[in-house]
Amino acid sequence: MDSLKNDTFVSSKASMSPRILLSHKKIEIILNRLSCQLIEKFNDFDDVVLVGLQPRGVYLLNRLVGMLEKSYGIKKVINGKLDITFFRDDFRRFDKTLSPSSNEMELTIEGKSVVIIDDVLYTGRSIRAALTALDNYGRPNYIQLLVLIDRRFSRDLPIQPDYIGAQVDALEGDKVRVQWKDNSKEDTVFIEKR
Amino acid sequence: MEQLSVNHLLGIKYLKEADVQLIFETADRFKEVINRPIKKVPSLRDITIANLFFENSTRTKLSFELAEKRLSADVINFSASQSSVNKGETLIDTVKNILAMKVDVVVMRHPNPGAALFLSKNVDACIINAGDGTHEHPSQALLDAYSIKEKLGDLRGKKIAIVGDILHSRVALSNIFALKMLGAEVMLCGPKSLIPKYHEALGVSVSTDLMKTLKWCDAANMLRVQSERMDLNYFPSTREYAQLYGLNAKKLMSLKKDIILLHPGPINRGVEITSDVADSKNAIILDQVENGVAIRMAIIYLLVAKLNIPST
Repeated sequence: MDSLKNDTFVSSKASMSPRILLSHKKIEIILNRLSCQLIEKFNDFDDVVLVGLQPRGVYLLNRLVGMLEKSYGIKKVINGKLDITFFRDDFRRFDKTLSPSSNEMELTIEGKSVVIIDDVLYTGRSIRAALTALDNYGRPNYIQLLVLIDRRFSRDLPIQPDYIGAQVDALEGDKVRVQWKDNSKEDTVFIEKR
Repeated sequence: MEQLSVNHLLGIKYLKEADVQLIFETADRFKEVINRPIKKVPSLRDITIANLFFENSTRTKLSFELAEKRLSADVINFSASQSSVNKGETLIDTVKNILAMKVDVVVMRHPNPGAALFLSKNVDACIINAGDGTHEHPSQALLDAYSIKEKLGDLRGKKIAIVGDILHSRVALSNIFALKMLGAEVMLCGPKSLIPKYHEALGVSVSTDLMKTLKWCDAANMLRVQSERMDLNYFPSTREYAQLYGLNAKKLMSLKKDIILLHPGPINRGVEITSDVADSKNAIILDQVENGVAIRMAIIYLLVAKLNIPST
């Protein structure tokens, strides 16, 4: 199972249509591994807060929380859904207005261990915005980062994940799209060429 | 719809329904923001906003200023009473001088109808109308409609009464535009002398009977009698006005149904509404004030979003 962590997908220039990077079977295995890694680190999840980033990180958060509580018998996983729209550094840099999602953070992170959860780590700018947004909820013990897909070599900021589903070497301009069975047919990760 | 169809907020009549819905959806998010322990977000930290008030205001000015500060904008304030306007400077000159100090957005209240539109055509900045004479007060109408929607749900088919001094009220005109746009039925109620002549063109009904109107409506917006705009006597006495068009607990009880009551402030207690009614559970006056900040944050955020940073 652990070998998946080092799975690296190199996108090929030849294909133009969306290509499947991860099938639902593989995603299921990855989710189980990530859950186990979190349990290995946090035991019974006392003083731990999982924070999913709106909108797409929340699907991953919900799956992990469900799995931890149902399959691995963790009593209660404290979690929140953080909207980072008003903290982003690209406001007014697109033609489209950034539209916010709901923010559900009825919690404090004072003295807690926080894990930020998002689907794809690309430039790292969303995570920087999330770190700023989290300032408003207290001073945590420490903050870690969990992502399903790590797009290596495409970071604009010195930000690296602590827990990785799979690594991808995609070209700039390619789009890595994660689809969940909660909002679509089944769990799949695609890569779309520019 | 992901962005506003307009570059300025000059009046409700320039907006489309989708604009209003977008402002409401964005205001929902900001309402959550202003109820956090830390009520501030950094979105507008590179933006400077000038609040130009050529006419007195407490609520609107504070509400706009707070909304701007909650968005981390830099704010400068200007009141006509303490300025060079008294020395004979024209509006365009005043504003151009302020803009030369690198201001991005101008929020303006002015006694002359059309002042905001005039300014938007003559200076290079985003203009937000905070009331232009007896013409429009769009942010107030948006927060009124938002507050009613919060209590009653979708406004389509809802019956809303606007009671009092319609003739001199910019709140009334903007409210009529906004409520009609959102599908509500609107009835105006007041003494004949305070109802404008051309109300048919606005598609609203008119009544001079307060009780009939209140029995008909789901929500009533009780407007203030604007004595400062009256150049002659529109009704015999304040006492008579209060008896005929003022709302007291007895009238409210006799309705035998719950209606919600709005007031744009400032209240003349005992004239258009008595104290016990203003402080009753029917009144959502303080919800209006809270929603006002969220609505104004949404307006400013969405307008500033259209001020793209030019790529270098």
